[in-house]
Amino acid sequence: MATVVNHNESTVIEIENLHKAFGGNKVLKGFNLTLQAGETLAVMGKSGSGKSVLIKCIIGLENIDRGKLMVLNHEVPQLNRKQLDELRTDIGFQFQGSALYDSMTVRENLEFPLRRHPDKLGTDYHPDKLVNEALDDVGLLHAIDMMPSELSGGMKKRIALARTLIMRPKIILYDEPTSGLDPITGKEISALINAIQERYHTAAIVITHDLACARMTSNRMIILHDGKNYAEATYHELAQVDDPNVKAFFT
Amino acid sequence: MVKALRDFFLITGKISQFAGRYFREVLFPPYEFQEFLKQCYYIGNKSLGLVGTTGFIMGVVLTLQSRPTLIEFGAESWMPSMVGISIVREIGPVITALICAGKIGSGIGAELASMKVTEQIDAMEVSGTNPFKYLVITRVTATTIMIPILTILADVISLLGSAAVESLKGGVTFQLYFRQVFEYLQFGDFNPSFIKSFFFGFTIGIIGCYKGYTSTKGTEGVGRTANQAVVISSMLVFILDFLAVLVTDIFYDL
Ligand SMILES: Nc1ncnc2c1ncn2[C@@H]1O[C@H](COP(=O)(O)OP(=O)(O)O)[C@@H](O)[C@H]1O
Ligand SMILES: [Mg+2]
Repeated sequence: MATVVNHNESTVIEIENLHKAFGGNKVLKGFNLTLQAGETLAVMGKSGSGKSVLIKCIIGLENIDRGKLMVLNHEVPQLNRKQLDELRTDIGFQFQGSALYDSMTVRENLEFPLRRHPDKLGTDYHPDKLVNEALDDVGLLHAIDMMPSELSGGMKKRIALARTLIMRPKIILYDEPTSGLDPITGKEISALINAIQERYHTAAIVITHDLACARMTSNRMIILHDGKNYAEATYHELAQVDDPNVKAFFT
Repeated sequence: MVKALRDFFLITGKISQFAGRYFREVLFPPYEFQEFLKQCYYIGNKSLGLVGTTGFIMGVVLTLQSRPTLIEFGAESWMPSMVGISIVREIGPVITALICAGKIGSGIGAELASMKVTEQIDAMEVSGTNPFKYLVITRVTATTIMIPILTILADVISLLGSAAVESLKGGVTFQLYFRQVFEYLQFGDFNPSFIKSFFFGFTIGIIGCYKGYTSTKGTEGVGRTANQAVVISSMLVFILDFLAVLVTDIFYDL
């Protein structure tokens, strides 16, 4: 795992006093977060506490109501469509249900992000080569011509990860990467997250319920409770805390 | 009652907004031409058999049913023109639209709804592809263009069915039959029904896409979305048909 560098220049995500509500349902109420380059941060929180909303704000899928949201030195709420698309090529987003395109083969799924940004990776990069490389990274080269319906849950998560890797993101946002998997497959995915981090030195936010996953992958953890960061420390520090809202996750 | 009325206007407004977005975005690049062709092929492939079969049967049945009455009045020779007009003006466009609402509209609704709930639409968005252009513009344009084409095919097959009955029962040759059909059929019959089938196609596409694209109800809502897409678009087909007849009546003074 990468060491945490506390330079301001290496801050890739900076969130201050973030507010987000859906009608009267106040989901985020002054959330703060900073993510350093190369760092993996786990965010834990109860179901419905706004974890998915948080990372959807980061990638601009949800608009924020109030607060500061800087990603790779861009104010996300200020960006126009084109600039946002540009920024998104630097961010990988792993959806909770994998979100593979049902009607496309694995290869077409992986090629899809390339179609609008063929030049991002330079002219000497060939799509076939990128697809093969990304599939190789997740250990599923043999699945290249399969349809998503033929894949198991764990394989889907791997393919979805390959699809985000193909753009060589600087940041990856994982939405419950191990949910719905058996513990062994979950562990494999956590190991894969670490392998990707080591290989590409990406910064990552891992949203999870799975304590084993948080322990394996994160340098630091945030407990999201009542729309705010309730606690923030390393896994081992948090494991010692005597607060009931923190302890709830460690039992 | 008041609530139902309010809901009706609310959804009408939302659909109009959705349709408005279609017109705002359809002209500007990037164009998803490949996906558009794929959808056209898919629509033709999926509904041609059913449209053809139904059209043929309608032609045969209509002719068989009308024969006794026409014979009674000694107006047997009016058969080609009468059946021709019914088919081209009404039966062809409406039957084709209803079949496509059932087959294509429901398919689009279910497909987009399941893409929505499994976050595939969000996945497109974050990978830099405008999902509205890729999914909605292509499908709506495809139905708008394909349903008039299918309507013409249905008209032709239906007339062939009718001609087959006439040649078997009345000894009228195909040649004579079609000569009579075209003698009576005017652009006043063909044009309005051709134009209205574009509206039918657009309606089927836009309703299917709207229901699917804005679906929020989770996986169990996918079937319901498909169902609603069929019900709403079928109803709109009848309403549009009624309006089309009113307008035609004014312009062509039939
Ligand atoms: N698009 C939306 N519209 C309305 N409410 C939403 C929307 N997305 C999320 N919410 C609400 O926000 C809250 C947090 O949701 P979410 O972030 O998905 O929770 P989780 O922490 O389990 O990922 C929930 O109460 C949910 O109902
Ligand atoms: Mg969630």
